[in-house]
Amino acid sequence: MSKQEFKILGTRPIRPDGLDKVTGKAMFGADKSATGMLHARILRSPHAHAEIISIDTSKAKALPGVKAVITGADFDDVENRWTRYTMQNCMAQGRALYDGHAIAAVAATSKKIAGAALKLIEVEYKILPHVTDVDEAMQPGAPLLHEGVKARKLGDDVSGNTVGYYSFGHGDVDAGFAKADEVIERRFKTAATHQGYIEPQACLADLGADGRGALWCTTQGHYMVRETCAEILGIDASQLRVTASEIGGGFGGKTTVFIEPVALKLSQKSGRPVKLVMSREEVFRATGPTMSASMDVKIGMGKDGKITAGHARLRYQGGAFPYNMVMMGAMSAFACYDLENVQSEGWDVMTNRPKMISYRAPGAPMAVYGVESVIDELCQKLGLDPIEVRLLNAAKEGTKSSYGPRFKAIGLVEALKAAKAHPHYSAPLPANTGRGVACGFWFNFGGQVSVSMAINTDGTVNLIEGNPDIGGSRASISMMAAEALGIPFERIRTIVGDTASVGFSDVTDGSRVTFAVGIATINAAKAAIRELCKRAAMIWEIDEDAVEWVDGTARPTGHNAGDFPPMSLAEIAATSGKTGGPIAGHHEGAPDKAGVSFGVHLVDLEVDPETGFTSIKRYTAFQDVGKAIHPAYVEGQIQGGAVQGIGWALNEEYIYGADGRLQNPGFLDYRIPVASDLPMIDAVIIEVPNPGHPYGVRGCGETAIVPPLAAVANGVAQAVGVRLFELPMSPPKILKAL
Amino acid sequence: MSKIHVSTQVNGDQVEFLCEPEETLLDVLRDHLNLTGAKEGCGTGDCGACSVTIDGRLVAACLVLGAEVEGSAVETVEGIGAPDALHPLQRQILQHAALQCGICTPGIIVAAKALLAQNPDPSEQEVRYWLAGNLCRCTGYDKIIRAVLAAAGEMRGENP
Repeated sequence: MSKQEFKILGTRPIRPDGLDKVTGKAMFGADKSATGMLHARILRSPHAHAEIISIDTSKAKALPGVKAVITGADFDDVENRWTRYTMQNCMAQGRALYDGHAIAAVAATSKKIAGAALKLIEVEYKILPHVTDVDEAMQPGAPLLHEGVKARKLGDDVSGNTVGYYSFGHGDVDAGFAKADEVIERRFKTAATHQGYIEPQACLADLGADGRGALWCTTQGHYMVRETCAEILGIDASQLRVTASEIGGGFGGKTTVFIEPVALKLSQKSGRPVKLVMSREEVFRATGPTMSASMDVKIGMGKDGKITAGHARLRYQGGAFPYNMVMMGAMSAFACYDLENVQSEGWDVMTNRPKMISYRAPGAPMAVYGVESVIDELCQKLGLDPIEVRLLNAAKEGTKSSYGPRFKAIGLVEALKAAKAHPHYSAPLPANTGRGVACGFWFNFGGQVSVSMAINTDGTVNLIEGNPDIGGSRASISMMAAEALGIPFERIRTIVGDTASVGFSDVTDGSRVTFAVGIATINAAKAAIRELCKRAAMIWEIDEDAVEWVDGTARPTGHNAGDFPPMSLAEIAATSGKTGGPIAGHHEGAPDKAGVSFGVHLVDLEVDPETGFTSIKRYTAFQDVGKAIHPAYVEGQIQGGAVQGIGWALNEEYIYGADGRLQNPGFLDYRIPVASDLPMIDAVIIEVPNPGHPYGVRGCGETAIVPPLAAVANGVAQAVGVRLFELPMSPPKILKAL
Repeated sequence: MSKIHVSTQVNGDQVEFLCEPEETLLDVLRDHLNLTGAKEGCGTGDCGACSVTIDGRLVAACLVLGAEVEGSAVETVEGIGAPDALHPLQRQILQHAALQCGICTPGIIVAAKALLAQNPDPSEQEVRYWLAGNLCRCTGYDKIIRAVLAAAGEMRGENP
């Protein structure tokens, strides 16, 4: 793909929603209220696993100010089993499956009364044996979460909690290991981490007895919310109008529903709007963290650094319901390398923990942590440069990937070369300091998308799309529209429409928005341009085919077509009322040529031998993004992903007691990185265009969380001379290892 | 227990409200005064999204009772900047793309303004430690720190 010249792409305009966000005007999930509104609260299980013998809500219902009380019995069964799991995660039916599982909910005239009513609900539990560790949950005889959902291919050596099994690879790994000069096999464990968005789940629901309703909520996908809620409530999707609020972070954690069906049911029962806002404790106890993992990784290497074989066995723990996410880990584990012999296997396992949900490149960071750690150890043992070894083995265009398909144009080699040439890699290292290197990979995604574009008579453009803007996408979409139409960025206003305003759009996930909404925007612009050219042809009284669109103007294709001065978008739009009515363009599609993305991270860190505390001294992240539409927000994605990975490596973990209860459901004890923990994070953008997008976009949101776990672990190993095989590498664990 | 009558100043305007004894200043701002710029990220003083100032002192509004602000001057993000001229912090945050989702941004602006009021020329490390109580999950803080340092420079009259 040849290098394209752009006028607007690659610049850094102020984002269109910026002013509202620095003045406090932007409306997030919990910021909206309605007249006559009730406040809802949810009662949650204090037990990790218990049969619900009875729930007596009579005293709560009798409390003045209480307008509705619901339990699992208020929800009818649904046909689709995945929707049923989602529903039963929102409100338990029969059994409480984890500490924090919703048992009942109340809507009352004030938060205070709703809280008092929760205390009046009497629940009789029969406590059942529980399991929260993945290896224990896989053992035959482990407490079972659900009957009849065990993966079909599996035998009696694993329990019925094992709901998924996947295997990828090619070649002969045993023959590959036999050829190696050095083989290392290690067992790794990583803790469950939470997405940690600062805005708790919140919604405002209004559902009438006639089945017509409106829902305001913070979500990564309001069409997903509409369809899930409509199915659970038994109403028509068309009658539930869902509006996505500004979203205060998601990182995958807002790609499902936790509270919306509950608020809608309470509204339906009470006949009033109901506001439901989660507390931070509820967010930790009952919304999806990512999976914890137990993994075995074996890699063989020649003296020259060539990897002869790789084998990974990944056991992921995903909480209280069936799920399928280890597949992504098994596919990602060795994706960075061009290998003759490779196999990765994965097992999805249920436990008595909250149901997992995606977290930025779901499944990949832990698998890649294992692989990149063993490669680093092999480099140390064989005395090889870690970047040289990665360059020697790097996947490139034409490589048969470890998960099957052959790669098209990709940028791992470019990222590795940039890292090797960067001053960071050759800077001297002080005492107690180590330098870690690791690569990472993520697929990126296309998916379904709808865009509607209206050309206004003053020459401005309104664009409606259906994907919540989680990190500046309204800016990048406006930029792509401006580039395609050939008009200034400022003339375009992009909004995220509600579910009644524009066609279906998949959830904002998979790093897909700039890619997929971008393609739909470019195609919508092309449709509008066709109409603009048609109108110009009409005005000039020449053939439609004799008009072309250049730099935001209609022009005759040549002297033979006619001799007319260029006519701008604004000029054509101004008379559109007389030439056939409003001019618009729209596009609906499902682009599927998202480009995979690779990153390389370098970290310098210092370990205090007295406290075991690790401080990050310098960090540089290189990532192939295809094309950076708004480079500042691309850098932001890379920086943010890197820091979430640093948190995963050093601090963050779900801690369960022997009683199966979560011991750290708050930001004080679940410590995400703070400003004083970090240096500047240098983001180096590499642009190897994705041939599947007109401007070369790959998607950039997720890859950056993949390399840091291993980069930090490799840095710690270099700094202290001892390698840890468990995340997080919190100070007590490092001290113990020393 | 009956409600408490409170008379105070918010963003320069004299206001009166009735609150429950246990209601926080954050509840009062958001639920009674319709000022939703301060956000509740945790309710336990750990995240800084509800940062406001009382008589110039930076606080987490979720840890202050509404009844405590009688006779005070409270400032929230809504009181920062003028309609025709953003505060340098607001402008630099936009220019540096120092926000992604924007939920922490009001708290960051209020907290950083309080820092610059007492230390107009902070080092990078001073900014990082001052803002250690304001969690941001999106940005990795890099662009936020740069924006605050740039705003400080601008406020000192230095050329950008």
